[in-house]
Amino acid sequence: MHNFDFVKPASVADAVKALSTEGAQPLSGGQTLMPSMKQRLAAPSVLVSLTGIAALQGVKVEGRTLTVGAATTHATVAKEAAAAYPALAKLAGGIGDPAVRNRGTIGGSLANNDPSACYPSAVLGSGATVVTSRREIAADDYFQGMFSTALEEGEIITAVRFPIPDRAAYAKFDHPASRFALAGAFVAKYAGGVRVAITGASEGGVFRWTEAESALSSNYTADAVKALSLDPGGMIGDLHGTQAYRANLAKVMVMRAVAAS
Amino acid sequence: VYVEEDLYMPTINVNGTSVEVDAEPETPLLWVLREQLGLTGTKYGCGVAACGACTVHIDGAAVRSCQVQLQSIGAEEMITTIEGLSPDRSHPIQRAWLELDVPQCGYCQSGQIMAAAAFLSEYPEPTDEDIRANMTNLCRCGTYNRIMAGIKRAAELT
Repeated sequence: MHNFDFVKPASVADAVKALSTEGAQPLSGGQTLMPSMKQRLAAPSVLVSLTGIAALQGVKVEGRTLTVGAATTHATVAKEAAAAYPALAKLAGGIGDPAVRNRGTIGGSLANNDPSACYPSAVLGSGATVVTSRREIAADDYFQGMFSTALEEGEIITAVRFPIPDRAAYAKFDHPASRFALAGAFVAKYAGGVRVAITGASEGGVFRWTEAESALSSNYTADAVKALSLDPGGMIGDLHGTQAYRANLAKVMVMRAVAAS
Repeated sequence: VYVEEDLYMPTINVNGTSVEVDAEPETPLLWVLREQLGLTGTKYGCGVAACGACTVHIDGAAVRSCQVQLQSIGAEEMITTIEGLSPDRSHPIQRAWLELDVPQCGYCQSGQIMAAAAFLSEYPEPTDEDIRANMTNLCRCGTYNRIMAGIKRAAELT
């Protein structure tokens, strides 16, 4: 690991200021960035810790909206969102392993946008709003492909606002060693229709499966998806699974999520 | 009198005692424990959050100390290492480990024990599936079956 400085501001404004330093990078739970630095895949000269900012912590429910502070850990979301949004809580409680859940945060996961991460599917599948230090970004605009997002240089996620659906569930098929999803599906049913977001499967990162959305909007059963198929073309193909395997697995995960919700 | 401009000597709470440590703010907790405080029960395995040998508790939750920077720890947070798990090695996990001879070489075991202790407090009556899903530390001797038996025995002893 290369040398770096570490600062821990107490407010979003101070964090934004610290991030204007050349080579500075925000650090949340550090479950991806720290190992990356140790493997010399990343070498920021200053890490700006976001864990000391009280405004970025906690889960809040107001009416049919659940707001999660960006530096809230997966373990906290698993506990505190359980009553208001059980599908989200269950997803958070299944990320990685206990050590990852005790440190990793929703903001960190979304800023990284790993193509196999769980959270992006919940955010896109819920049509959530990503709130940042500068603006509010709709989930549909936020995710822009593998490891890339609408976030600009020095912009920090402060919270995520989820509209609470009538029914929802997340189903994933995880790799037994890495615990990342080989394919995961988040399905959420709202008065206005059903949203389906797939993670883990596509070269382009998390995406909405609109065909499944319309089928489920008129008939919310696992069978409604059965005849559909995803194009294996853009899927991830690697030693863990071929493109065709992932395309089919994603569909199976959608069916399981519908059956479970 | 010479005063260093940004003198950084944070206080952290380890095993119930507040201690002032002299280390750079970005130092991983693992090295603060081992090198500054001499608590060498916590082991260095991979350094990249993959193996779990460095597992300690922060406020009762299992974390990988190689990934936690000193300055990210608040003075009020309670760090527990293998040395502080119990004053007399009588934690149910430790008793079960002794009873069933869980370790082989032993290197990963303080991490295994800390992970198991945090797990057991959350799952007092664990199933095999709970244990498999939550015990993710690596053991190159392959003591996984004995770890599972040890956790179940500890649940009986609790």
